[in-house]
Amino acid sequence: MIEYRIHGRGGQGSVAAAYLLASAAFEAGHTCQAFPAFGAERRGAPVTAFVRIDNQPIHLRSQVRAPDFLIVQDDTLLMDRGITGGLKPGGSMIVNTKRTDEEVSETFGCRAKCIPATELALEHIGKPIPNTALLAALLALTGDLPVEALAAAVRGRFKGTTLSRNLELIEHSAGLMPQGSWREVQDA
Amino acid sequence: MREALEGSQAIARAVALCEPDVVAAYPITPQTHIVENLSKLVADGDLHTEFVSVESEFSAASVVLGAAASGARAYTASSSQGVLLMAEVLFNIAGLRIPLVMTVANRAVSAPLNIWNDHSDSMAVRDSGWIQLHCENNQEAVDTTVQAFKISQDTDLPVMVCMDGFVLTHTMEVIDLPTLAQVRKWLPPFNFKRALDPSDPKSLGALVGPEFFPEVRHSHHAAVQNALPVIEKVDASWGKAFKRNCGGLLTVEGPQEARIGFLAMGSTVGTLRSGLAHRTEGPDARLIKLRAFRPFPEAALRQAVAGLDHLIVIDRAISPGLGGVLGCEVRAALYGQPGAPRIHNHAIGLGGRDIPETIVADLLSAIEDPDAPAFSVFDADLSMLPPEDR
Repeated sequence: MIEYRIHGRGGQGSVAAAYLLASAAFEAGHTCQAFPAFGAERRGAPVTAFVRIDNQPIHLRSQVRAPDFLIVQDDTLLMDRGITGGLKPGGSMIVNTKRTDEEVSETFGCRAKCIPATELALEHIGKPIPNTALLAALLALTGDLPVEALAAAVRGRFKGTTLSRNLELIEHSAGLMPQGSWREVQDA
Repeated sequence: MREALEGSQAIARAVALCEPDVVAAYPITPQTHIVENLSKLVADGDLHTEFVSVESEFSAASVVLGAAASGARAYTASSSQGVLLMAEVLFNIAGLRIPLVMTVANRAVSAPLNIWNDHSDSMAVRDSGWIQLHCENNQEAVDTTVQAFKISQDTDLPVMVCMDGFVLTHTMEVIDLPTLAQVRKWLPPFNFKRALDPSDPKSLGALVGPEFFPEVRHSHHAAVQNALPVIEKVDASWGKAFKRNCGGLLTVEGPQEARIGFLAMGSTVGTLRSGLAHRTEGPDARLIKLRAFRPFPEAALRQAVAGLDHLIVIDRAISPGLGGVLGCEVRAALYGQPGAPRIHNHAIGLGGRDIPETIVADLLSAIEDPDAPAFSVFDADLSMLPPEDR
């Protein structure tokens, strides 16, 4: 089982990111579970969402306490040093930020990949919603699911220009990553 | 067809497959997505039903009461304060023996205000005379929703399908939705024999004085108890048609020789199963999943606990001044039974506190304490409270 924890702020599509990742897993033939931890339901408030992907039925309903991957949609959340709490040894984080991989990696003591997802999203969809760019980058890095499965999930959720622009964004973001370079993290 | 769906969306689609004539509901967290999705299905032309947007839950329950009484297949859904606002009408629906279906997206009850999951709401209307079925996952919630229409038709009783708010309603997972053709084949048309009909006027809900009231209550009690075999039969028929079922009244997993058992309702069962499977040490344990809370399956429960020395009963609701609601009912059902297990009753996850799978080991350790109270709010941190409240 692979477990993900997504941190973002209300309005950034953190819950949608969880559902998209789970849908992508389903598209790729896996079992999946995605759910939010709702707190104050308002724009800007911290939001956490969870995803589990497996090849057998998932019975566990607890929040993800020891994730394999953290997806951080807003780098102001990095001010909370507890954000990496429970990250599995060898676990990794992908962060929407202009900071460098080395800096974030050193600060949190884990493998980190930084991508300017807000800028990529603004360029392609004209909105500062970083979720699809981050997911595409993560899947390109890990190879856990084909990026095409994410595209299929996006096709199931969006229509029209929102869809076509997100598909472009996914391709662009995935293409920026060294493909499969995190694969050994799970193989180890 | 298998799809990755959010629980609420799947429930709306399952309700639509049953082709209700009337849907009336008022949105409340965490039930909202069910109503939103139903509303969308109607707006998109995918569901032809009289969708009544009401101004309160009291009206929602009243609309479905009237609709079903006039012979319409009717559905509503609510949570928490909404269920409480419906309470008067819920007793009327059941007392009048009106068959209809309601989803309760289980949530804590105020005060303090809390939108998260426990079973306080459906427990508060435990004695309304409805059938209450609990679901472990969204597949069971979908299947139980369709089954509920059949159970309600076969018993002339209303059925409450209880699913954990957020934990199920807001969780996306892989769900196999039946097709409309399959449901049409399995679920007979709604045909309420006592339906009000202007061409054959009769009265429904007349005043009943002391000379007949105890008989009415006895009859209602008998009708709810008589639903026990119906719930089993409907689930068995579902299993035959769809190659999966929901476990009838209750299910028992784990080794027969186990001396320790867990009993729970709803999504907590999944976490307990996972916790039991991932233990590296400790005694064998049986896991009892209670699906039917009303009618309460006493005979099946007695059979399920046979041979156990200890039974850990997990509650997601509390009756202050007494203890766990389910725990007390299990105690009553096993009272005086030879060889009945010692019952350890704990409430966990009240108001949505996350339930980790490590709770299994903690609950097992608690058995060893001979001074343990008969009931505890197991995950409460008593150090946060003033000494007199500990």
